[in-house]
Amino acid sequence: MEIFGHLLQGFGVAITPINLFWCFVGCFLGTVIGILPGIGPAATIAVLLPLTFKIEPTGAVIMLAGIYYGAKYGGSTTSILLNVPGESSSVVTCLDGYQMAKRGRGGPALGIAAIASFIAGTLGVIGLTLLAPPLAKFALAFSAPEYFALMSFGLAMVVLLAGESFVKALLGMLVGLWLAGMGIDLFTATSRFTFGSPDLLDGIDFVVVAIGVFALGEVLVNMESREGGQMLPVPKGLRNLLPTWQDLKDCRFAFLNGSVTGFIIGVLPGAGATIASFITYGIEKAVSRHPEKFGTGVPEGVAAPEAANNSDAGGALVPTLALGIPGSGTMAILLAAFILWGLKPGPFLFYDNPQFVWGLIASMYIGNVMLLVLNLPLVPVFAQILRLPSYMLFPGIFGISIVGVFSVSTSLFDVWMLAGFGLLGYMMRRLDYPAAPLILGFVLGDSVERSLRQSLMMSQGDLSILVSRPLSASMLILTALVLIVPLFRKANAWRLKAAG
Amino acid sequence: MAKEEGKIKIGDIVSGAVLAGLGVFIIVEARGWEYLGPDGPGPGFFPLWYGIAMVALSLLLVALSFVARGAEPGKAVNWREVANGLSAWAGLALCVGLLKVLGFLLGFGLFVFFLVAVIYRQPLRTAVAVSVGMAVGFYLLFPLALKLELPVGMLGF
Repeated sequence: MEIFGHLLQGFGVAITPINLFWCFVGCFLGTVIGILPGIGPAATIAVLLPLTFKIEPTGAVIMLAGIYYGAKYGGSTTSILLNVPGESSSVVTCLDGYQMAKRGRGGPALGIAAIASFIAGTLGVIGLTLLAPPLAKFALAFSAPEYFALMSFGLAMVVLLAGESFVKALLGMLVGLWLAGMGIDLFTATSRFTFGSPDLLDGIDFVVVAIGVFALGEVLVNMESREGGQMLPVPKGLRNLLPTWQDLKDCRFAFLNGSVTGFIIGVLPGAGATIASFITYGIEKAVSRHPEKFGTGVPEGVAAPEAANNSDAGGALVPTLALGIPGSGTMAILLAAFILWGLKPGPFLFYDNPQFVWGLIASMYIGNVMLLVLNLPLVPVFAQILRLPSYMLFPGIFGISIVGVFSVSTSLFDVWMLAGFGLLGYMMRRLDYPAAPLILGFVLGDSVERSLRQSLMMSQGDLSILVSRPLSASMLILTALVLIVPLFRKANAWRLKAAG
Repeated sequence: MAKEEGKIKIGDIVSGAVLAGLGVFIIVEARGWEYLGPDGPGPGFFPLWYGIAMVALSLLLVALSFVARGAEPGKAVNWREVANGLSAWAGLALCVGLLKVLGFLLGFGLFVFFLVAVIYRQPLRTAVAVSVGMAVGFYLLFPLALKLELPVGMLGF
């Protein structure tokens, strides 16, 4: 009952004209940039983050959340019309979405994607509303050793962000820790890794790292090839975008499957929307009466992954808001944004800044309605962005990135750093190093070191404090398991491969 | 195919060596700071451990790339595409270098011209139109409409 009282207060914050405006701006910009192939939610948020610095924190985070799920909505458009996924979690949508479009059913495919996103997005936020507060309440009992164990668990999520190579992901995370450690040490005022430069005494701004590694890295990879895809015709008029009654009937299980599975996978840090979309597609195919038709343009093949992709957003915010653990690169950027605004994500957020956190949650209900209203009639208009040649799009993103970084610090040194991190992001992609672990290490690095040093101060240097307290010991065991189990699995796979 | 596999593994070996070097640098720096003081761990405590981990993992990456050589099919590296990506980055670096002298309007305009004319190989007229339009558009939107500060050059804009 207490939760609903808070939620009502949150709606009081979210429906003020100014916050509704920021929510709309976020949803609109997120959809517009999310439509661009190759530019996923993480890069979209990174590029647009500096625009929110002049807004008060609640409005700013409402706008950022709008950008986040707007980018998720937008990602399906290119999958359906171009057979090019706007982001990795929209890959599965290509399978049936593009086939539907090729058969002249692009309109209903876009409509189903929007309706699935709305239903699942709303159910995901309901899950967030019910699950995050009790989790935060539980975490209030934490002291420095428990925080260290929790942050270590957060860092261990690198396993799930690893992609092809676990070693490369760990190395990326360590580079993130190193970057986070640059500047003045807050305990002893020693300057670390500053190379004698006064510009580095305050450390590296998160915006510089995020825009460089995520946005510029992605843009540089996209610029390697000059060719664009062939876009299928976009149906005009709302009537041509609405799916038939039979389509909706066929998709009813897919909506539920995607919503529930996507939310659960979203809550698990590191799992992410891509895995959620693949799993729900697999479940949908497994329970279908006509699994052989999947991949030929069935509406359930669009509804299930799109629902999972959007429900995941609500799920991923549970550990981010309640525990301060970002489960993905996008969540790490959101988390860093909270810190930049002077907020401390974690259990105290619900008690110290209830207006902020409940305003954000309430705005997500409103944002989902806004996106449905925006997406159904305006998809043909948004899709015209895809007709813009890449020689106009990508220079524009370079420009926004430079302006974004310079506007935060008015420092040309930071713009140089941006270029440097852009090259790093590009090289990482070329050499198959995942970018998310670096961001994870950068965001959590400071908290891990601080909680470790505070713990050891409490115990006067005795490391056993970390394992003698039941809660921290349990979390550290869990962390070890998370790190070790995939190694066993991989060793087993190698053994089987060698045997046969 | 063997040649392509070699290229991919060389990438792992070179990046592993660079990261091992970074790890050694971190360890050397961390050893110069206090490790454990009367109040608990010093500023060298945490970097020393992640430096050691970085060296160990980098060497493991290098070792694995030798062990896995020939075990998995490699990806072909399209050097023309890589050249495009690196040229675009070089253009960006040059643009950043010119910002102090030429300011955002001219520096960014030249960068866009380079991207459109050289990287995308568009006709000169298109390159001029896009670069002028984009630089002026940014100038009108950010400093004039949104009152955001942009780098100013010697010419005062």
